[in-house]
Amino acid sequence: MTSHVTTADEHERAHPTPGTYTKVGLVLFILTALEVALYEITFGEHAGALGDLTHVFVPMLLTLSAAKFALVAMFYMHLKQDSRLFTGVFVFPLIIAAVVILALAALMAYHMAFAKSGG
Amino acid sequence: MATTAVGHEALAAAPGEKTGLWSWITTVDHKRVAILYLIGATVFFFLGGIEALLIRIQLAKPDNNLVSPEFYNQLFTMHGTTMIFLAVMPMSQIFFNYIIPLMIGARDVAFPRLNAFGVWVFLLGGLFLNASFLFGAAPDAGWFGYANLTSKQFSPGMHVDFWMLGLQILGVSSLAAAVNFFVTIINLRAPGMRLMRMPMFVWMSFITMILLLLAFPVITVALILLMFDRFFGTHFFVPTGGGDPILWQHLFWIFGHPEVYILILPAFGIISEVLPVFSRKPLFGYAAMVFSGVFIAFLGFGVWSHHMFSTGMGPIADTFFSLATMLIAIPTGVKIFNWIGTIWGGSLQLKTPMLFALGFIAMFIMGGLSGVMHASPPADLQQTDTYFVVAHFHYVLFGGSIFGLVAGAYYWWPKMFGKVLDERLGKIHFWLQLIGFNLTFFPMHFVGLHGMPRRVYTYPKGLGFDSMNQWETVGAFILAAGFAVMLYNIWKTWRTAPPAPADPWNGATLEWSIPSPPQEWNFPEIPTVTGRDPLWEAKRQRGGTLPEPQRVSGQGIHMPAPSYWPLVTAFSLPLLFTGLMLASKIGPWGIFIGVATLFFGIYNWVFEPSYTSIPGVKGKGHH
Amino acid sequence: MTDIAHPLAAPNPHLETSTGLDSRKLAIWTFLGSECMFFASLISTYVVFRGRSLVGPFPHTPWTDPATGRVYEPIIEIPLVTVGTALLLFSSLFIVLALYGAQKGNRKMLLGWLAATIMCGMFFVGMQVYEFTHFVHKGLTLQRNMFGASFFTLTGFHGTHVTIGVIWLLTMFVLALRKQLPAENAVNLEMAALYWHFVDVVWIIIFPVVYLMQ
Repeated sequence: MTSHVTTADEHERAHPTPGTYTKVGLVLFILTALEVALYEITFGEHAGALGDLTHVFVPMLLTLSAAKFALVAMFYMHLKQDSRLFTGVFVFPLIIAAVVILALAALMAYHMAFAKSGG
Repeated sequence: MATTAVGHEALAAAPGEKTGLWSWITTVDHKRVAILYLIGATVFFFLGGIEALLIRIQLAKPDNNLVSPEFYNQLFTMHGTTMIFLAVMPMSQIFFNYIIPLMIGARDVAFPRLNAFGVWVFLLGGLFLNASFLFGAAPDAGWFGYANLTSKQFSPGMHVDFWMLGLQILGVSSLAAAVNFFVTIINLRAPGMRLMRMPMFVWMSFITMILLLLAFPVITVALILLMFDRFFGTHFFVPTGGGDPILWQHLFWIFGHPEVYILILPAFGIISEVLPVFSRKPLFGYAAMVFSGVFIAFLGFGVWSHHMFSTGMGPIADTFFSLATMLIAIPTGVKIFNWIGTIWGGSLQLKTPMLFALGFIAMFIMGGLSGVMHASPPADLQQTDTYFVVAHFHYVLFGGSIFGLVAGAYYWWPKMFGKVLDERLGKIHFWLQLIGFNLTFFPMHFVGLHGMPRRVYTYPKGLGFDSMNQWETVGAFILAAGFAVMLYNIWKTWRTAPPAPADPWNGATLEWSIPSPPQEWNFPEIPTVTGRDPLWEAKRQRGGTLPEPQRVSGQGIHMPAPSYWPLVTAFSLPLLFTGLMLASKIGPWGIFIGVATLFFGIYNWVFEPSYTSIPGVKGKGHH
Repeated sequence: MTDIAHPLAAPNPHLETSTGLDSRKLAIWTFLGSECMFFASLISTYVVFRGRSLVGPFPHTPWTDPATGRVYEPIIEIPLVTVGTALLLFSSLFIVLALYGAQKGNRKMLLGWLAATIMCGMFFVGMQVYEFTHFVHKGLTLQRNMFGASFFTLTGFHGTHVTIGVIWLLTMFVLALRKQLPAENAVNLEMAALYWHFVDVVWIIIFPVVYLMQ
């Protein structure tokens, strides 16, 4: 039985090229710029330029962040090309993590609405 | 790979069968790591047991003053912390380490040095935690350390610091083991062992690893926040600064509830191995057992606030967590019915492992029933903080986990030590444990519902608690006697019992196909598996029995080389945390030494070659 | 013949894995899954205490101390942290290019892009250190209020993770310089890269939640 060292190559069918990586990098940069721009037109120096965005600010911002997260995970961390096992090992804790953040925020917000601060 | 059978004498000093202290200090062999866990777990279990007996003596009569209230707080805190983190979890580690590689047909775990690191961190962490007694500063704020009792204001001494930092050290050990076994189970299975062909103990352990990975980081953060409050003056849990003690409870129980499944799932797995062998029947409903285990783990992250029903979370939260808690009883019930289905119609061999397994089922059902009673918030408001809860969790943790682990100990003892424990003494132990356990904890249901609170160092007479507390104390000593019998059994068989065969119980799984105890490399050739219960299948194909496996020379089998870097790296953790504790007195020097040792250990570890061709042969770069 | 494996080679070159995947790569992903819960707990703590500070300074609004009359300006400064965010993002691109070079056996590509990654990482840590000291000058400390406690704890632990990443990458760089990172051992760099990307991805969450959301 010969030795069988698994290298990264053997499991990536369509290995992205440096060109793809750079394009993803540019998109990430643009998304970040959009995040900052969204902030500026909602709360910053140009607040109100496109109307009152305070109510859509958080969903839009989180969508942009989620897109960045997904791009880095799928392309830079190779989840798109690699075995789906890695995706599962990463995504399952992510889901639990998201549930915990949301649950804690909700439970503590309710609690703090009734608790008196400062003893 | 050469597998010529060699005479037993010629192998007494064969390379790989090393002896002596140094071989233990540098071991990376999963079987030796298991025995190190065994030594640690046994010592700490007895320490925790002494703490329990002292508690019981103090409570045996009303208005007692054997111990001061302050020392009593230390006793129940250390009893709980020790039993959970230094006894039950390490006992599970004994079997994870010894048995999982054997059951999946592997030569060792995926990362042997990481494995050794884990056991050293556990031993050092346990010593760190118990060193607190030497300073008269044993932890005293409960094993769950509620804020803001744990704040600097209300716990000014070093008690809580020892607890906080000791648990942080132990968390590192658990996480290291979890990564290791998660990868081992996924990646090191023998050819043909698909996931749905793995022994149930491996499945339950696998799920336990996932729970460890997801739950421990949360308590790590909780302890960090507490440390920042105590050492750096933050106010995370201090209301006068804007903080909130309830956050501690949430973070702790988001860890704490999965933790109790971490404590019970390995025992579930052990029972699922013992019952089939001693009923001479395969496990009933394998797939249902797997999926119910997965469901319990997943749902286990959604029930934590059932520990907080009395904190005023409001009707929506109360309802949600109540329903989720009741829901989790369903997959648990599925398991119990499947165990009964396994026994039903079987040819029962009532040997000691089986007795403890049957005891487990009965005791765990009782603990589960009181648990479901807690699931109702209005009922729980009556039960919480009373001895009713103490009864519940001892029925599931002792009646469940300990009974299961003891069953595993008697079951796998021959494989690990080459001796079958004495059957008569085993039965005496069983009856002492069953009677002692129930006498200690059953009355607690009543005494709790009659209003005896938890964590009180004494109680006045005439409230109706007196005689039941007396019986509970008697029961505790009967329980202790049972373990004394087990110790005697171990000593006696060590000295006088004949060597055990490879397969004393007519087992179904791969560990019984190799000598007792196994050679360093476990299997001369990695087996190929074609179904569940591979050994029964192999025996069926050969007319019922297999020949006794021979010891071989191990030439050409690649094993990981021993190393002391895991121990050096492990040392850095108590150094670092002691440095943190003493920082106000000695400045940052302790922290620097700890971090420097950590880097020194890690770099040497990473850049040391890990394999050699013949077990134990010294070569370049080995120690 | 003794057969001592190179330290950076696969753990047991004679062992096939059940999935065909490298155990070390699986271990890193497993660890990162665990780290998701670590940062989720820290982020939750930040979110839970948002708006709960009893006194200023505050992230986005000025505050006058009624006791002393001192005016505290808003703490958050978007331009500085945006530069840091961009640096970290580009460092992810650079390291994936370095890994590409490593896998193709192109040592120049590996060294060049790895150096670029490390520079970005070091600048990010530098920016954080500057930011922390600047905020302290503006009156925000760990002990001052809940914003200070949760901000410095969350971003501080993230920064610690980045620092560990920089040290790890520097080690990889030295190995590459010594020609000890050939294509067969590229998985070692891949492990470091995955950790590095994760640290970036956590910042992708921290940046909007801490700096942009009000």
